Amino acid sequence: MKKRSFEQIGESLYEERLPNGLRVCVVPKKGFRSCCAVLAVDYGGAHRRFFLEGSPCETPAGTAHYLEHKCFDLPEGDRTLEILTARGADPNASTGPDMTAYYFQCTEDFEENLRLLLHLVSTPYFTEETVEKERGIITQEILMGEDDPGLRLYYRLLGMLYERHPARERVAGTAESIREITAETLALCHRAFYAPGRLALCVEGDVDPERILALAREAFPPEPQPLPEPDFGPAESLLPLERFSREEAEISAPQFVIGAKFLPAAQGGEALRQRLVASLAVRTFLGHSSPFFTGLYAEGLLNLDFGVDIEYVPQAATLTLGGESRDPEAVLAALRKAVEELAAQGLDEERFRRAKRASLGARLRALEDFESVCFALAAGLFEGYCALDSLTMLGNVEKAECERFLLDALQPERLALAVFEPKKEG
Amino acid sequence: MEMSRLELMPGVWLNHLRSDKFKTACLSVSLLTQLTRETASMNALIPYVLRRGCALYGDMDALSARLDELYGTAIEPVVRRIGEIQCIGFYASIPEREFLPGKEDVLRPACELLGELLLHPATRGGLLLPQYVDSEREKMLDALRARVNDKRSYAVKRCVEEMCCFEDFSAGRLGSEEEMRAVRYAKLSKHYRSLLQSSPVEIFYCGRAERDSLAAVLRDVLATLPRGEIDEEIGTEIRMNALEDQPREVTEPMDVTQGKLVVGFRLGECMEDPDPAALTVFNGVFGCGSASKLFVNVREKLQLCYDAGSMLDTHKGLLLAAAGIDFDKKEAVQEEIFRQLEAMRRGEISDEELQAARAGAAADLRMAEDSQGDLEGFWLSQIVRGLDYGPSELAELCGEVTKEEVAAVAQSVDCDLIYFLTGSAEESADEEEEL
Repeated sequence: MKKRSFEQIGESLYEERLPNGLRVCVVPKKGFRSCCAVLAVDYGGAHRRFFLEGSPCETPAGTAHYLEHKCFDLPEGDRTLEILTARGADPNASTGPDMTAYYFQCTEDFEENLRLLLHLVSTPYFTEETVEKERGIITQEILMGEDDPGLRLYYRLLGMLYERHPARERVAGTAESIREITAETLALCHRAFYAPGRLALCVEGDVDPERILALAREAFPPEPQPLPEPDFGPAESLLPLERFSREEAEISAPQFVIGAKFLPAAQGGEALRQRLVASLAVRTFLGHSSPFFTGLYAEGLLNLDFGVDIEYVPQAATLTLGGESRDPEAVLAALRKAVEELAAQGLDEERFRRAKRASLGARLRALEDFESVCFALAAGLFEGYCALDSLTMLGNVEKAECERFLLDALQPERLALAVFEPKKEG
Repeated sequence: MEMSRLELMPGVWLNHLRSDKFKTACLSVSLLTQLTRETASMNALIPYVLRRGCALYGDMDALSARLDELYGTAIEPVVRRIGEIQCIGFYASIPEREFLPGKEDVLRPACELLGELLLHPATRGGLLLPQYVDSEREKMLDALRARVNDKRSYAVKRCVEEMCCFEDFSAGRLGSEEEMRAVRYAKLSKHYRSLLQSSPVEIFYCGRAERDSLAAVLRDVLATLPRGEIDEEIGTEIRMNALEDQPREVTEPMDVTQGKLVVGFRLGECMEDPDPAALTVFNGVFGCGSASKLFVNVREKLQLCYDAGSMLDTHKGLLLAAAGIDFDKKEAVQEEIFRQLEAMRRGEISDEELQAARAGAAADLRMAEDSQGDLEGFWLSQIVRGLDYGPSELAELCGEVTKEEVAAVAQSVDCDLIYFLTGSAEESADEEEEL
C-alpha cells in the first residue's frame, strides 16, 4: 500500500485502490484499544434517479435508507447486528443524502468483525417477506423524525430552497413513499450502487494495513462491475423558491433556520479547498467569536444552540444557520446588515488570523474521534481529495477567498428563512 | 495510564492521568455541592454567568478572542448531577503543543484563563453583573422549557420527576423553572462566594504534562480561591423500594405522532452494597444494546416499536426502560417489558445473552480509555463514589459477572412508576374523570 506521512499532526495514512475499484485507506494508531472501520457507499437518499447500463431507473424516496436496514440480513439469518454486539463491537449504520455507511468500533476480534461487515455489505439478500417485515420499523423511525422539530424545520427550509433536487426530501422518505419499495427495488439499487467501484473502506486503530487490504480483497469479486450514472436533474437557480415561512409546532420557544444554496466546486483539490474556505469563512464571520454572534447573544436574540452548517451533496451545496430566537426576523435583518458591512470593509485582519488558529485547534480535536476521521476520509475519497491534507492546506487559505465565498453565498436575494413558533395557548 | 490524586489546597484535589495518546489535553474543574430544590437553579446558573466575562476579559467578544488566540482552546460551562450531588464548573480542551506551530505552550495560559473565569468574574461593587445574570437566567429558562422539544428525553425526565417527587433528585440537573425565575444577581453573588468557600473541588487532567509541573501551575492559578469549612457531608439518599404497593401510573397528552412509554424501577436492596459490574451487565442483558432482551423481543420479534432500551442511574439506584410506540401498543409493550424482567428473575438468561452483555460492557469501558471526555466522566463518577479503579479494571470485573449475579439484580428491582406520553387528548380526559 502507498504510505503518506503527515508530520505536523503525527499521523500516517496507507491507501490503495483495488483493480475492482474498491478504495482502502488505513490510519494506524499505536497505543489505542479501539479500532474503527467504516465501509462507505457512494450512495445516499439523493440518488433516486440513475441510468444503469443505459436504462433509466427511478426509485422511491427512502430507498437508500431502506436498503441500509435490509443489508443486515444474510441468507444465514437476520442477526448480524446481534452477532457483532455479542462480540462486544458497537456496530451501526447511517444513511445521509450523499452517502451510506456501515461501521463499528471494537476492542477485540477486529478482523473477524471486519470480515462480517464486508460480508454483509457485499451480500445482497432481500425477500418479499423480510422486506415487508421491516416496513413497520422504518415507518416508526420516520414518525419519530416527525416529532423532532429541528429535523422538520430543516426539511421545511430545504423544500423552500430546492425545486427539484432530491436533497429536498427526507433521507428516510415518508410513510407513503416507502410503501412502494420492494425486494426488487433493493436488489436493483444494491447491484447498481454497491459495486466495489463505489465503495470505500476506511480503518483507524492499532492494525496492520496490509491485513486490512487482504481482507478487503477477499470480500469482493476481483473485476470491476458496471457503475450507475446518477441523475440529479438539470441545474437549479441559486435563488430560493420561497423566501419566508412560519408555522406552529409543539415547541417551547421559536426556532429558525436561515439557508442559502451555493455552487459546489468540482471534484479533487478544488473541492477540499472550497470546504476549507467555506468553513473558515463561516467561523470568522458567523462563529461563536464573531461580532455577529456575540452581538446578538448579548441582545438575547441568540443562545449557545446557534450553529452554522454546510452540507454538500452531488450538484448542490447548502449553507444553513439556525437555533432558537425570540425574533428570527431580527436575526435575518442583522445578517443582511453584517453582509453589507462585509462588502464595504472586508473581514477584520486580526479576527481572521485568530479564527485560523482556532480552526487548527478544532481540527486537531476532531482527529481524536476515529469515527469522524473515517467518515471524513471516505467523503474525501468519493470527492477526490484526502481529508488529512486539510491541516496543511488550512495554513494558506486567504482572507480574500473567504470574503468572496461569503459575499457570494450570502447575497440577500439568496436567503430563505423558515420559522417554527410555539403553539398559542388554548 | 495511572491515575494519581494529589491535594493541592484544602479540599482541592488534582486527579492526574498522564497520556501521550491525544492531540489535545483535557482539564476540568468541578465544584461539588448537595443537590437541593432551593439551590439547584442558582448552582446551575453560576458557570454560565462566569463564562460571560471575567475581570480580565470582560465580555464574550474579549473572551472568545482570547480562546481563539489559544488555538481554539475550548472552556465550556458544565453542570452535572451525579446522584444527588450537583457538580458545576468548566471543561477545557487544550491543543497539545507538539502539534502547534513553533510548539507554542498554551496549557499554562489556558489554566490561567480557567482560573480567571472561576475566581475573578466581571463585577460591579463586588457583585456579579446584573445584565449577565439576567440574560443567562432567561437562557436557562428557555433551556428548561425546551426540555419538551426532545420527546424521548422529556418522557424519561418526567418519569424520574414523578418517581422521585419526594426526593431532592427530582430537582433535576438545572433545577426548576420556578426557582430559576426567582434568581437575582445580589443573591447569586452571595451564593457563588459561599460555594467557592465550602465546595470540595475536583480537578481532572488528562494529557502530556507531568503532574508536579501542572500542580505548580494550578496552585498559582488557584492561589486566591477562598477556603472555608469544606462541606464533606454531601451524598445521595437511596430509596430502596417503590413508593406504593402497586406501580403508580402517569399519562400525559401532547401533540406527538408516537407515544413514549417509560417504566421506572428502583434498583432495590442491591443498592445496599452496589456492585457496578453486576449492575452494568444486568442492564446489558435487559435493555442496553442490540443484543439485549428488550431490543430483541420488543423491537425485533414483536415489532412493537422502533426503539426500546433501558438505562441505569447507579448513584441514585434507578432503572428506566423506555420505548417509542404506537399509542395503542402501550399495554402490550408494558407487559413485554415485565415479562422479560420476570424471565431474568427466574434466571432465564442464555449463555449468549450473558456473554454479549459482558463483552459489550467491557468493550464500552475499554473504549472509554481512548476518549478524554469519557475518561473524565468515568473518573468524576468514581471519585464521587470513593472508588479508585479505572475503566480497564471495571471491564475485567464485568467479564466475570455470573448469571446468578444478574438474576439477583433482577430480583432486587422494584417497579415504582409507569409514565406514558400519549398523543390523544381524549384518553387523558378519561384519566381526569377517574381522578
